[in-house]
Amino acid sequence: MKNSLRFAKGVAAAVAAAATLALTVPAQAEVDFSGQTVEWWIPFGEGGGSDVWARFYAPYLSKYLPGQPNVIVRNVPGGGSITGTNEFVARAAPDGLSIIGTSGSTQFPYLLGDSRVQYEYADLEPVLVSPTGGVVYIPAHFGVADASELGKLMGTELIYASQGATSLDLVPMLAFEVMGLNVRHVFGMTGRGDGRLAFERGEANIDYQTSSAYLTNVLPLVEAGDAVPLFSWGVLDAQGNVQRDPTFPDLPHFLEAYEMVHGPISAYGIELQAYLAFFGSGFAAQKPVMLPNGTPDEIVQVYRQAFIDAVNDPDLQAAKGDILGDYEQAVGDDVAGVYAAATSIDPVARDWVRTYLSENYNVTLD
Amino acid sequence: MLDTLFAALLGLLTFQHMGFMALGVILGLMVGILPGLGGIVGLSLLLPFLYGMDQTSALAMLIGLVAVIPTSDTFASVLMGIPGSTASQATVLDGFPLSKKGQAARALSAAFSASLMGGLFGALVLTGFVVVARPLILSFSSAELFALTIFGLSMVGVLSGSNLAKGVAAAALGLAFGAIGAAPATGEYRMEFGWLYLMNGVPLVIVALGLFAVPEIVDLLRGGSSIAGKTTLGKGWIEGIKDTWTYRWLALRCSGLGAIIGAIPGLGGSVVDWIAYGHVVQTSKDRSQFGKGDIRGVIAPESANNAKEGGGLVPTLLFGIPGSGSMAVFLAGLILLGVQPGPAMAGRNLDVTYTIVWSLALANVIGTLLCIVAAPGIARLTTIRYTLVAPFMIMVISFASFQATRSLYDLIALLVMGIVGVLLKRFGWPRPAFLIGFVLATQAERYLYQAVQFYDWGFLTRPLVLTIIGLTVISVWLGARKKPGEKAASVNTEGTSELAQAGQVWPQLVFGGLILAAFAFVFWESYGLSQLGGIFPTWVAVIGFAATLVALLPLATGRLETTANFDAETAKRESDVKGGAWAMLAWLAGFVGGVALVGFFAALMIFFVVFLRTMAKTSWVKTLLLTLAAGIFMLTLARALNLVMPAGLLQAQFNLPWPFR
Repeated sequence: MKNSLRFAKGVAAAVAAAATLALTVPAQAEVDFSGQTVEWWIPFGEGGGSDVWARFYAPYLSKYLPGQPNVIVRNVPGGGSITGTNEFVARAAPDGLSIIGTSGSTQFPYLLGDSRVQYEYADLEPVLVSPTGGVVYIPAHFGVADASELGKLMGTELIYASQGATSLDLVPMLAFEVMGLNVRHVFGMTGRGDGRLAFERGEANIDYQTSSAYLTNVLPLVEAGDAVPLFSWGVLDAQGNVQRDPTFPDLPHFLEAYEMVHGPISAYGIELQAYLAFFGSGFAAQKPVMLPNGTPDEIVQVYRQAFIDAVNDPDLQAAKGDILGDYEQAVGDDVAGVYAAATSIDPVARDWVRTYLSENYNVTLD
Repeated sequence: MLDTLFAALLGLLTFQHMGFMALGVILGLMVGILPGLGGIVGLSLLLPFLYGMDQTSALAMLIGLVAVIPTSDTFASVLMGIPGSTASQATVLDGFPLSKKGQAARALSAAFSASLMGGLFGALVLTGFVVVARPLILSFSSAELFALTIFGLSMVGVLSGSNLAKGVAAAALGLAFGAIGAAPATGEYRMEFGWLYLMNGVPLVIVALGLFAVPEIVDLLRGGSSIAGKTTLGKGWIEGIKDTWTYRWLALRCSGLGAIIGAIPGLGGSVVDWIAYGHVVQTSKDRSQFGKGDIRGVIAPESANNAKEGGGLVPTLLFGIPGSGSMAVFLAGLILLGVQPGPAMAGRNLDVTYTIVWSLALANVIGTLLCIVAAPGIARLTTIRYTLVAPFMIMVISFASFQATRSLYDLIALLVMGIVGVLLKRFGWPRPAFLIGFVLATQAERYLYQAVQFYDWGFLTRPLVLTIIGLTVISVWLGARKKPGEKAASVNTEGTSELAQAGQVWPQLVFGGLILAAFAFVFWESYGLSQLGGIFPTWVAVIGFAATLVALLPLATGRLETTANFDAETAKRESDVKGGAWAMLAWLAGFVGGVALVGFFAALMIFFVVFLRTMAKTSWVKTLLLTLAAGIFMLTLARALNLVMPAGLLQAQFNLPWPFR
């Protein structure tokens, strides 16, 4: 008897709750994830840069989402991150319980118009964008003291140890091309660490490393007088202008270095536009977090706020170390501009890159 | 340095730190026992818990897990004939025959003691070597790495059994399979049929399970009894330890080999066991028992694969370059803990490195003891009727397979590789040679291309390259030397050909024809590529085609006494099931088909019920209990890993709740 009474009460409460919920939906639904699980899709395997980044953020996201849901990282590896992202856009429900974090390797095939890509970045709802940066350096024996002396290298054949023409190393490839350097790319490296080893062995003589790897592994070489930094890739401000990398305030960014060599830029030619699109996608706005197409605005706002709070959390700031570096995380209203930089390209610039890749490296993307 | 070393030990020896290490070791033990699951899965299980842990405890836990896996994966290799992980494939060759002879206890204790020796040696290497390793690691460029892949490939010679042509052809087939996916030099896609899945090639774990696990399961099912048959585990615990002591120099040599190969970034740990196995065969006087249950064939790979972990930590810590998949996840753990690997690990952060060293040493001791304690219980599995064990094995290997991309394609790949494995085994094409080719394909091509790019063909005259090539020549010569009337050092990995000489050769000719067609296809596919992208598969196809022709020619011309004549179906079986191997493969195919229809979890449940009722003929109660046990096990593991299991047509139509999603 007592039990059935409790049951009846429970049903009544549930009906009442449902009724309130139904009534409030058209106005302002109170988003609450209590007791639920948010799946953070990562289209890469365990242990990569994106995986570490998501696992680092997950507990803070959980802390600041209403109702403190359990936030778990779900790895969906394969197909160079195209597979997992395709699956996300096909299957994830727009209920705020599925989010995805991608990387430059996911954005590049999209920007290049790869036919295997089934995701449309413009349809997704960005809520956070994490930038990263890097520094280009050469051996000291060239006698080039800084970027302003790059002219000395114009006749020399340089060698760069690359992960592949359509990998993230497309950015340095375009940068060297734009700069007018004569660089031979040797492919098949399995990571930037491989490239650094090739540099240290003297096999390659121009290289870049992301900021944290540069600080731990290359700076000792610079201090020992074996390597010389040329320029950083730079970062994008909220207006989409390239600025110096906060980690390396004394180094010129790429555009400054370009001007040191070629004089002031009057207009952005097609090649520079192409470079800037891939630079944005691969570095300045490398890792966006997005909600599925059609997610209600309340939920998007709740996520934006949660990431604002997470980034301001003193614990996160204390623990971020090399994972986020000194880069300003784009949150709140800053997201849209930076996200656009990562995920859009002028069609003419795209065609130029595609032609460049197919003529020089036999790359076909259809 | 010594101060730091002992300070690190004292720091580690607290109740809390040791507790976390024990946790890592126990988890590693469990993951290692399950065939196909290794460090990647184990470490992934631990990653979510790192948040908020103190550094020493977390390192102890991670290393505890890494250290014990190459010890505990021996169980599956010795007891089931299934490689426990990609690092203990070679252990199967002699470990499993020993087990069938009723000497499982001896094989296991020899393996564990050899593992312990290797593990401690690896920790020792890490202690001293990490301080001076930088220039040494830098001296291994693409040129030296290419020479090392050639050294690895030369092991095909000792694993070819009595017919070298078949061994070479099998290795070429492995190389061709390994060439699927993006070409290292140009990024062009080869033989991927436009499928996104094949873009990165076929995952190694699937190839290893398909080649070794599936044929073994099929065979054991046809046998109808338990693995151990009428024999027992035996009482060889002390004998096994004595064996390791007798062959202590061999174990030490192989530990050194393992540590060095592990420490060279770029070669990957998956060939260490084969190289150690090849080494012991080449350097032994009496080779008659290899492949039939020689204890040295267990000691060599087991000491090497454990030492490899210590070696593999050197480049991971010093350069931030992971030597293997599990090291990549370990590296991620380090970064989450706020440790950035780099030169400072041998300087400013030496204390962290030495915490890792001690964890590795202590975890090896704890892990070995636990394995010995757990062994009698685990070994009892081999006395269970195999029809009851098989569905669990199929469950575990498919689970391990779909870790690769979490999709149905992984299971299809497993089925395809399984069929290839069954056929290779039946017709006596050495599967280890295939595997070595597969593992080294990408490396061989990549490093050759890079070496030529960086050094031109002059790379062949680099001193270290010449040294490695010299070593290769010596090792091949050691293997080939023989007294008059004796056979060269070569292990019949698929059984003795004399026992399998067939009168009816058409099945062999059909299979050989298929292989010829495969090589022709590879040649044709490579033709449309750029020169850099196509040159490697072209040569593989030419060599493979020629070797296959040499192997088939005597058969086609009716000379049946040749060693190439091999059809395991000729030998009479004590018992068999209706339909033979194909019927057993049909079960696997049926399961994969079920996954395609209703998704992994539902298909698994249905498969268990149907298989247990029809094949094992168990009562309904027992069937349901076993199915329930499997379901709970799978759900626990999947939950812990945050997995959504491969989906089928049903899931494409309806949004179902987990675990059916």
